[in-house]
Amino acid sequence: MSENPVFDRIKNEVSSEDVVLFMKGTPVFPQCGFSNAVVQVLTYLGVPFKGINVLEDDDIRQGIKEFSDWPTIPQLYVKGEFVGGCDIVREMFEQGELRDYLAQKGIETQAA
Amino acid sequence: MAMTASEIERLIKEAIPDAIVDIRDLAGDGDHYAANVVSASFKGKTRVQQHQMVYAALKGGMGNELHALALQTSAPQD
Repeated sequence: MSENPVFDRIKNEVSSEDVVLFMKGTPVFPQCGFSNAVVQVLTYLGVPFKGINVLEDDDIRQGIKEFSDWPTIPQLYVKGEFVGGCDIVREMFEQGELRDYLAQKGIETQAA
Repeated sequence: MAMTASEIERLIKEAIPDAIVDIRDLAGDGDHYAANVVSASFKGKTRVQQHQMVYAALKGGMGNELHALALQTSAPQD
């Protein structure tokens, strides 16, 4: 099965940092409410992350959806693992699961 | 071409027959909905897997005709 050539680039990105967020816009200037919601959650928890602006790279924008079999942006990756989109990250955060999940992955979060 | 709430519900129920689907139209534009889906078939699955089942039911509509679907999934409480 010939793999999408952009998958290699994606694999590099998701392993380049502990926490990687494929988003619309940048962490400083999110250009989508859902992307912004995830940025706010990570910022509140004090978790450093790398934002990848899919609006600047259409190959990544389409490729990431195939890579994770997930149809929308944003997409959050922790230690190379797909965590979810805005709904799941927000639900995990609201139910206090996100902090535990990050701790399990060895990622510190700021005290509330 | 947007999707109607009834169309979304029909597609989800076609793929997940026992699903209880509660859809709210967030913006009245046929593009932004919130949906709560409860099904026994979600039991034992991660949230990502549960959401992927719903997206698969929408046959590619998600992210195309349907711009935003704030999704919550769960298995029925025993």
